[in-house]
Amino acid sequence: MFRKILIANRGEIAVRVIRACRELGITSVAVYSDVDRASLHVRKADEAYHIGPAAASESYLNIPKILDVARRSGAEAIHPGYGFLSENAKFAQACVDAGIKFVGPTAASMEMMGSKTRARQHMEKAGVPFVPGTSRGLQSFAEAEQVAARIGYPVMLKAAAGGGGKGMRLVGSPDELESALQAARSEAQRSFGDSEVYVEKYIVNPRHIEMQILADEHGNCVWLGERECSIQRRHQKVLEESPSPLVDPEMRRRMGEIAVRVAKAANYTNAGTVEFLSDQEKNFYFLEMNTRLQVEHPVTELITGLDLVHLQIRLAAGEKLPFTQDEVHLRGHAMECRIYAEDPDNNYFPSPGKITLLLAPSGPGIRRDSGMYEGWTVPIDYDPLLAKLIGYGTDRQQTIGRLIRALNEYFVGGIKTNISLFRRILNDREFQAGKMDTGYLDRLLALAAEAGPPQDKSANIAAIAAGLFIALEPTTTTGNGSLSNGVGSAGRGEAASGWKRMARAEGLRSG
Amino acid sequence: MLFMTYEVTINGRSHRLELERADGLWQCRLDGREVRLDAVLARRDVLSVLIDGKAYEIKREQTATDMHLWVGGERFAAELRDPKSLRGRKGGSADEHGAKKLLAPMPGKVVRVLVPEQTEVEAGQGIIVVEAMKMQNELKSPKKGVVQKVLAAEGAAVNAGDVLAIVE
Repeated sequence: MFRKILIANRGEIAVRVIRACRELGITSVAVYSDVDRASLHVRKADEAYHIGPAAASESYLNIPKILDVARRSGAEAIHPGYGFLSENAKFAQACVDAGIKFVGPTAASMEMMGSKTRARQHMEKAGVPFVPGTSRGLQSFAEAEQVAARIGYPVMLKAAAGGGGKGMRLVGSPDELESALQAARSEAQRSFGDSEVYVEKYIVNPRHIEMQILADEHGNCVWLGERECSIQRRHQKVLEESPSPLVDPEMRRRMGEIAVRVAKAANYTNAGTVEFLSDQEKNFYFLEMNTRLQVEHPVTELITGLDLVHLQIRLAAGEKLPFTQDEVHLRGHAMECRIYAEDPDNNYFPSPGKITLLLAPSGPGIRRDSGMYEGWTVPIDYDPLLAKLIGYGTDRQQTIGRLIRALNEYFVGGIKTNISLFRRILNDREFQAGKMDTGYLDRLLALAAEAGPPQDKSANIAAIAAGLFIALEPTTTTGNGSLSNGVGSAGRGEAASGWKRMARAEGLRSG
Repeated sequence: MLFMTYEVTINGRSHRLELERADGLWQCRLDGREVRLDAVLARRDVLSVLIDGKAYEIKREQTATDMHLWVGGERFAAELRDPKSLRGRKGGSADEHGAKKLLAPMPGKVVRVLVPEQTEVEAGQGIIVVEAMKMQNELKSPKKGVVQKVLAAEGAAVNAGDVLAIVE
């Protein structure tokens, strides 16, 4: 086992990994940029080293500097977290070359998965399902007709050189195909200088479902259940849960076995996630593999009872998987809310700044992975993810109830957060019924927030409270005698006399 | 005896509030209506209020530029003036008739100054663009008037609450 690990990351995930190191008796080494000196991960680590200016390219993405700290501090392994260098094959290789263990897959596995075409060739050989269609350009209208008829309408025509929706056409029925093909081709030619167009089955209301896998360096690989990640805003995940309301045991087993096949085809090691696109009829297709620990890994931890970061470290140290597939049991339901520093009332604009007040939820079934603290200033330079609030319960309904309760206990003052967004999602009937797809959240947000009747009562309470805050505030200002006298609040005076009474009573007894 | 009068604005609506300590409780008059309540400041910015056995927790959020009060999951913009004691709310800008300050609502970098000094501007017209977390935010004039001063240059780093411009 390693004696010392460097964590090449910041924020909540760095804190998460530092905690795992502490639990395993491993010394943790943090790195930080100019603006992160006071960040939580630096406070929590056993050792911390400065690596440069705020710009990530000069600090958290600077491979020579990070390796230099690893060498100087004597770290035997580097955990990359997620984001930053976590899926950088060059970094994984540079670690190997420097004689430091990279906690993750090999550079070769990462490279294979990073290239869409190479990944597809390998995966197709391994019998992994892709969205039906042609992976190469259509030669003729006759071929398009034939393929579309085989895979079934609706189909999507896509420019081979494309991106950004250019050269794309949705075709609902055979009689629309010819004109759509012509239009897609000429648009592709105009936009990319290449008229090559291919056809794919169009997935109506797709869901994003992914499968967690773990592989050791001795050829063993297991799947640990799916995560439903369909709640997204502008393609960014906002809320994830496991199990998925769509997936039944049979679908889970099929998806898990395919995910293991994907991992084996890539000679994959350590923790990884295989992403699938699923239709509402439980047909699913391979999208890509994420070759790292995911943000949403805690939901899997809660329903499996496993600690994925402990396991990542143990597998990187060369240990065998300590359990078999048959020994993995899924139990209960877990859901994660990603708390971002962004303003829901201002188009989710980032809201950095100083956290003046932090009230954190706790209680049954609540886990909080956080990188913030009261008094800390959220820097403007990085991803606005502040914390993750994860709820766990016997079933989905109990989990939702616990999360709503915990969100009402959660308060972050001084900056704006998206906490209110989760109240809205979790109280939404469609969500509660498990009816979702990747377009769900954008549709929900397009509806004006249900403006309830103006809450006169709450407004009156707020008005009274505005005065009470001043009246009860311990005042240090002078020149207002009456206010300073009033500082002893209703409760405080009575409490003080109660203590006195008790002290007197105690005195009598002991005397 | 302690007696206080405040002018409170909640979401733009003005209220007159009188608070009086009475028998360890508070006798409160809001726009002439009487309420008796118990209040404890649990910690700075967190207030517990009991009215007829009903419990409320109110949180106060003060940024460099404004104050909000949360009652449960509802958020209210609040302003408070205390005419008697002259204890105004902290961090406010100058009064409505005089000069108004344009404050940075968040730390960031000034990427553009949209109007030069001595320009006439409408209320709500953009004056300065500040970038934070790779997104740009246009800061708008708090009133109709003339931009007397621009205190931040393009490229400058600013902190929350910094005065960026003065409109008179």
